[in-house]
Amino acid sequence: MKTTSSDSITGLPALQKARTGIKGLDEITLGGFPQGRPTLICGSAGCGKTLFSIEFLVHGALQFGEPGVFVAFEEKSEELTINVASLGFDLNQMQKDKLIKLDHVHIERSEIEETGEYDLDGLFIRLGHAIDSIGAKRVVLDTIESLFSGLNNEAIIRAELRRLFEWLKDRNVTTIITGERGEGLLTRQGLEEYVSDCVILLDHRVANKISTRLLRIVKYRGSVHGTNEYPFLIDEDGISVLPVTSLTLSHDASSKRISSGIPALNKMLGGEGFFEGSSILVSGTAGTGKTSIAGSFANETCLNGDRCIYFAFEESPKQIVRNMRSIGIDLQSHIDNNLLKFHASRPTLNGLEMHLLSINKMITQFKPKTVIVDPITNLITVGSVSEVKSVLIRLIDFLQAEGTTVLFTALSLNDNISEQTDESVSSLVDAWLLVRDIEMNGERNRGLYVMKSRGMKHSNQVREFVISDNGLDLVDVFLGPEGVLTGSAREAQQLLEQTGVVLRDHAVSRKDREIERKKMVLEAKIESLKEEFASLQEELNKTFIEEELKKEVFEKNRHELSQIRDGKKRD
Amino acid sequence: MSDNTDITPFNEDEEVIHYELRLFITGASFNSRRAVVNVKEICETYLKDRYSLEIIDVYQQKTLAEKEQIIALPLLIKSLPLPARRLIGDMSDTEKVLKGLGISIGT
Repeated sequence: MKTTSSDSITGLPALQKARTGIKGLDEITLGGFPQGRPTLICGSAGCGKTLFSIEFLVHGALQFGEPGVFVAFEEKSEELTINVASLGFDLNQMQKDKLIKLDHVHIERSEIEETGEYDLDGLFIRLGHAIDSIGAKRVVLDTIESLFSGLNNEAIIRAELRRLFEWLKDRNVTTIITGERGEGLLTRQGLEEYVSDCVILLDHRVANKISTRLLRIVKYRGSVHGTNEYPFLIDEDGISVLPVTSLTLSHDASSKRISSGIPALNKMLGGEGFFEGSSILVSGTAGTGKTSIAGSFANETCLNGDRCIYFAFEESPKQIVRNMRSIGIDLQSHIDNNLLKFHASRPTLNGLEMHLLSINKMITQFKPKTVIVDPITNLITVGSVSEVKSVLIRLIDFLQAEGTTVLFTALSLNDNISEQTDESVSSLVDAWLLVRDIEMNGERNRGLYVMKSRGMKHSNQVREFVISDNGLDLVDVFLGPEGVLTGSAREAQQLLEQTGVVLRDHAVSRKDREIERKKMVLEAKIESLKEEFASLQEELNKTFIEEELKKEVFEKNRHELSQIRDGKKRD
Repeated sequence: MSDNTDITPFNEDEEVIHYELRLFITGASFNSRRAVVNVKEICETYLKDRYSLEIIDVYQQKTLAEKEQIIALPLLIKSLPLPARRLIGDMSDTEKVLKGLGISIGT
C-alpha cells in the first residue's frame, strides 16, 4: 500500500509513487505523488495548498505508515492544529504518537541583520533532526518562499533551495513544497525551476460571483496523468477531487424495468416503465406537473423498498412533501424510513462543478437506486448552456456507470417542441417525456407525450395528464372532427357520445318491435291461408266421395238391372 | 566554550553595558571559521571586557536549531542589551555588525 508502480506491465523499473490518500487525487495521478521526490503545489491565497499538504501528511501517517514532518513558514503550529481540527485531525495527539512533527520556522526580517556570506544549514539541521526523530518519509514545506521575504540575499537563497531539494531527494523523502502563485509564473519566486518532477496547480475561480476550486497537474515527470482541470471540494470531510470525466461509454445496460409510478404511463412505455439505470427527462412549461411526476417516481421507488435522492433546486423539501400530499402521495414516511433523501439547495450556492461534486459525493454515500434532479433548468443561472451540458453529460455518465436511474425535470420556456433545447440534454437522455399545456375553449389542460424512449415500444399518442386527489393518471384524449379534445371539452364529448348511445338503443328497440309485429301479422296470414287450404281440400274431397258414391250407386243399379233382366227370364 | 566572562566593574562615568552574545556555527565550515574570527576581533576591539560570547556548534546540539529558530548560519544572537538582535553571515561587514549590535562607531 505504501507505493504503487504506475506501469508494472512492462516490467521496467517504474516510478514509485506515494499515495496521498486524498479522495480522487490518487486516481488522477495514477497512484499519488512521486516517491522520494519533491512535488510543488502552487496556487493563489486561500486555494487550499496548506490543507492539501496536511491531508497528505495525515493520511500518510495514519493509512500508509509514513510519518511526516510539517515545516510551517507561515502559520504557527498551534494555529495549524486548530485550523485542521475542524476536519477531525488531532495533530497534537499525532505529534505525541510520533506520527507527525510540526515545526514552525519564524523569520522576522526586522530582527535580522545580514553581515556577509551565510547559508541555510540551520534549516537543513532542523529538518534533518525532525526527519530523524520520527523516521519521517514525508515532508511538507509550507510556503518556503517566505524565506525570500525574510532574507535579502536572493542569490544565496536560490542556491540553498537548490541544495535543499537535492538533499531531500537524497534522503528519499516525498516532499510537498507549496508556493504562492505569481504573475506569469506558477510561483512568485519561480520555484518550479527547482522542483521539476511534479507540479500541481490549484485555482480558485470566481465567475458570476460563484466560486469553483480547480486542480490541474501541470507536469508529472515519468508518469502519465490526467491533464484536465479537476474541480475539488473542501468540506467537513476534507478535500475530495472527483475526476468526473466522460471518457468512456462502456457502462452496462440493464434490461430490467422500473415503474414510473403512474400505471398509465407504464402502459405507454411498453407496459412496464423505464429501463433501470436509464436517464429520463421530463420537460414542460411552468405548472405542467413535472415535479408531481418526479415525486410520484420517487414515491414508487421508495414503495418498492429502494432508496432515492431528490435534489431540489427550486423548492424546499417541506414544500415538496406538502404539495405531494395534496395528490395523495406521502413522501414523509419514506423520509422517516430513511429511504428518501432530500438535498435542497439554491443553484447559486455553488459553482456547477461543485454541484456535480456534491451530487456525486451524496450518491456515492447514499447509494440510491433512483435520483431526481428538479429542475436542471435552474443550473443555467450559474453557468452557460455548454457548461450545464458538460456537467449533465458527466452526471449521466457517472449515474449510468453506477446503474442508477435518474429523472431530470426541465422547464421549457416556449411551447414549441421543435425549438426545445432543454439544455441540449434531450439527445443524451434515454427517455423524454414532454408535458404540454393544451389551451382550448378557455381552459388549460395538460397533455403528455413520450417524445422518445430508447429501446422499447412506446405509444406515440398524446394522453391527457390528469392530476387528482388520488394521484396522477393519464386519460386518452378524444380525437374528434374538431381535433384533439381535452378537459371539459373531452367530458362534454363523452357525454354526447353517451346520449347517442341511448338514442341508438331506443331506435333499435323500436325497429325490433316493428319486426315483431310484422311477424305476427304474417303468421296470422299464414294461419288463415292454412284454414282456407283445409276447407278447399275438404270441398275437393267431398265432390270426390260423391263421385265415388254416385259411381257405386250407378254400378249397383246397373247390376241390379241386369239381374232383374236375367231373373225375369229365368223365373 | 566561553570566553572572557569577567564583568567590568563600575569604574567609568557612563553605566557599563554588558553584551551577551551567542554565536551559532556549523562545525568548521568556511563561513563558520570566518565568523568566529570576525566576531572575536570585533568584540575585542569595541567591547573589550564587557561582553560574554558563547560559540555553539549546531551540529552538536541539533535540538537548539528548532528552539532558537535557526535557519541561516552563521548566526550571532545578541540577547542583551535589549532589543535582541540576530545577525547572520560571516560577520565580514564590520559596519553592519556594529550597527546590528548597536555600537556607535563615532568614538
